[in-house]
Amino acid sequence: MALTFNDAIAKYEPTLGLEVHVELNTLSKMFCGCATEFGAEPNTQTCPVCLGLPGSLPAVNGKAIESSILIGLALNCSIAPFSRFARKNYFYPDMPKNFQTSQFDEPICVNGYLDVEIETDEGMKVFRVEIERVHMEEDTGKSLHVGGATGRIHGAEYSLLDYNRAGIPLVEIVTKIIPGTGKYAPQVARAYVTELRDILRSLGVSDVKMEQGSLRCDANVSLAEIGSGKLGTRSETKNVNSLRSVERAVSGEMVRQANRLEKGERIIQETRHFLEESGETRPGRSKEQAEDYRYFPEPDLVPVTPDADWIETLRATLPEKPSLRRKRLKAEWNVPDKEMTSMVNAELLDTVEETVLLGADPTKARSWWLGEISRLANEKEVAPISLITPAQVAEVIALIAFGDLTDKLARQVVEGVISGEGTPAEVIEKRGLKVVSDDSALMVAIEAAIAAQPDTAERIRGGNIPAAGALIGAVMKATGGQADAAKVRELLLKHLGQS
Amino acid sequence: MIRNSASAMAEALAKKEITSVELTQLHLDRIDAVDSQVHAFLHVDREGALSQAAAVDAKRAAGEKLGPLAGVPLALKDVMTQKGIPTTAGSKILEGWRPPYDSTVVSNLKANGIVILGKTNMDEFAMGSSTENSAYGTTHNPWDLDRIPGGSGGGSAASLAAFEAPLAIGTDTGGSIRQPAAVTGTVGVKPTYGGVSRYGLIAFSSSLDQAGPCARTVLDAALLHEAIAGYDKKDSTSINAPVPAVVAAAKKLDVKGLKIGVVKELSGDGYQAGVRSRFDEALQELVAAGAEIVEVSCPNFEYALAAYYLIAPSEASSNLARFDSMRYGIRVGDDGNAGAEEVMKITREVGFGKEVKRRIILGTYALSSGYYDAYYGSAQKVRTLIVQDFAKAFAQADVLVSPTCPTTAFKIGEKSDDPLAMYLNDIATIPVNMAGVGGMSLPVGLSPDDGLPVGFQIMSAAMKDDLMYQVGGTLEAALLSKWGAPILSQAPALATK
Repeated sequence: MALTFNDAIAKYEPTLGLEVHVELNTLSKMFCGCATEFGAEPNTQTCPVCLGLPGSLPAVNGKAIESSILIGLALNCSIAPFSRFARKNYFYPDMPKNFQTSQFDEPICVNGYLDVEIETDEGMKVFRVEIERVHMEEDTGKSLHVGGATGRIHGAEYSLLDYNRAGIPLVEIVTKIIPGTGKYAPQVARAYVTELRDILRSLGVSDVKMEQGSLRCDANVSLAEIGSGKLGTRSETKNVNSLRSVERAVSGEMVRQANRLEKGERIIQETRHFLEESGETRPGRSKEQAEDYRYFPEPDLVPVTPDADWIETLRATLPEKPSLRRKRLKAEWNVPDKEMTSMVNAELLDTVEETVLLGADPTKARSWWLGEISRLANEKEVAPISLITPAQVAEVIALIAFGDLTDKLARQVVEGVISGEGTPAEVIEKRGLKVVSDDSALMVAIEAAIAAQPDTAERIRGGNIPAAGALIGAVMKATGGQADAAKVRELLLKHLGQS
Repeated sequence: MIRNSASAMAEALAKKEITSVELTQLHLDRIDAVDSQVHAFLHVDREGALSQAAAVDAKRAAGEKLGPLAGVPLALKDVMTQKGIPTTAGSKILEGWRPPYDSTVVSNLKANGIVILGKTNMDEFAMGSSTENSAYGTTHNPWDLDRIPGGSGGGSAASLAAFEAPLAIGTDTGGSIRQPAAVTGTVGVKPTYGGVSRYGLIAFSSSLDQAGPCARTVLDAALLHEAIAGYDKKDSTSINAPVPAVVAAAKKLDVKGLKIGVVKELSGDGYQAGVRSRFDEALQELVAAGAEIVEVSCPNFEYALAAYYLIAPSEASSNLARFDSMRYGIRVGDDGNAGAEEVMKITREVGFGKEVKRRIILGTYALSSGYYDAYYGSAQKVRTLIVQDFAKAFAQADVLVSPTCPTTAFKIGEKSDDPLAMYLNDIATIPVNMAGVGGMSLPVGLSPDDGLPVGFQIMSAAMKDDLMYQVGGTLEAALLSKWGAPILSQAPALATK
């Protein structure tokens, strides 16, 4: 009988290690002036430097250094006063120089930590994840293996190479080993990557889109028998493309390893690939015969020696920590946990805050963005913020508050703005959507309704109040739904002597 | 005209006594006449050179301000990229590659109106001291066609000595500018590391490579030095400081009060008697000109050669990894079935020569896990010691001097089967690269024992390049007045076609 996750954690203690690669969102590449835009035509964003042509030399992108330092500071790291690039030597067709310019024993940031909060059986609990290092490196090109069953290089008929990605600045954030998470290992892994993503987003240094590969996580997992005091052999799982996958990959790997150990098999130190569909991992390259990368200091680049004053200037610009900000906003807006989580997951926290800062009621702002606007965005498969601005949403909310729009009309206004009919004011103007609150205009409609249904009017006069519904409906229909129904009712009953 | 100095040619151009097109044509004719014997050039860009020359002539006719060497032709070592012009670095693996970009040196040459005649032969990837390692045949020394012209920049030096070009560009990793200058009776300068941009210089050993001027006179070298030197943001290791005033220094012709340090460790045993005697005579000329001679000791120079043969191959093993047949150069073994790695393997096997493979293997080994500290690590420590030796020596003397090479030009084939003997050629030039300081070689006569040119090396501290030009210029003038004619006038005439 195969062990389940619960069986695994009853007997084994997991140790985690997480390596996160972040593509920085600098306008140009790490070592040359080429553009970094995602999704451009293959090989259109290249030059002699990122193609590694003979004779070309790298020159460091200062913005990438700045971003790396900001990341280090946000993760409570020490910033090295002297750090160096190093060459990592290995052959691969999509590596233009057949070495990757990276950092080895002299990284730019070391020894930090990140606290993550997860829900446990005993309530919310904070785990401290220690950061070993943050270092800079360049991305490789991309291979597309055509033909063959697996999409991998082996068995492919031919391969296409795109060097647009070659030389994009990457920052690798490596944790120390994370012991003591027990059954919460999968959640801790997910919470860490989530928190890290939020920090990187708040710093504005990366797009942090896991699905586009601008944030990639490799999860190292090992198991040891509880109380053994030992560390087991680890596997490294790659291809983990979402936060949910981080959690699934860790738990899946824990179960797989526990089953092997249970059968008396050893764990092979290897790279494994996460399979999105099954939540399992399959073996990749074995690291048993450790590849010798022959690192040595990159002679083409001078050492990075950031000025202490500059570091302090950068420290002063650090934004509020996402975890603290969430706590603050949750209290200020009085939002339940669950709603807060949905807002964060939908990546709408900034947007809602901006709308609130423009005067909107927090609850209304949240409900518009998470409700109607998200629904329309889902239909169109775009981000809500690409459809309408916080200022426009704030304006609509204000118009409702002033009684100029009903909720129903407001939805039409929003829909109009989204279909490109202009600003809320323009949509209201063009579609003639203003609430009809002018009593005389309503009275004309009411009298017309009474004239059309004299019998109904007579019954109301006779005290049959519920019959008023038919006349109110007729008025609403006549005004194109722009009248405030409560107001119509009030005027109608008054006119027929019933109030 | 073609036997003139570059500055004399520049003057004739300025006075409109000759056009650049005419001057360029004279050199192209000379190349046609003698290069089948010398084999200094791998590629002659006749049309390109003449059209660059015509452009300079047009600018001059229009009264535009031109650089001091505008219109003068030059030979470019084949290790420098020039847009659209075949560039091989002397290797088969790059056969047919036409770079899509200009090296910074070439951009600077073009901006100065210097006419590029073509690309000169060299040891493959600048690894060698004789050009015998070129995949395209050996260059012959115009002094004796059976002898080597030095290396790796033998083509550049030979083109000067054969009057195929008055100026040339070389690169010097362990002596590749100075040793060829020494054995061909020409002048060659390795500027301070970082003085000239390496952007577009096909790397052999990044921390040692330095491009520099080759010429027939010290002043010509200085003029070319100022044309190509200066900070370049594309090369992080280039120095962001004003270029030393080397032209003014070359014209000073005065060394009164300068202290000249003779490096004890770079003479004596192993140096040919005729080399030593010419070196000593040159020292006497400097004394006569008012310089003070002091002896300095650089005890760690003894280890320079060994450390060099760890550092340079280590960097080379990584620099040469990019030659993998994927994007440029030759591709061998791509039969439609072989995988990428196999094609890489076959291409590198066929494309690289013996010496290059030897150094890739050596460097790969030196950087390997478990050996790194003992080899690469120790070599870097030696390098620091050499830097310290230079610092101490430069505290005692303004410049340091030594013979450039232990011997005059040897016979083609004499050392090609003995790499260690070959490596020893660079024993006096390597320390300069290890410390990143400046070094110059200029001719100081013919060795009495074989009648071949002897080179005199002058070394100056980092960014004090002007001092070696000052001493070199003074020594050259003293020797010229003694000889009555430039040394190359004693070279045997080449048969012309």
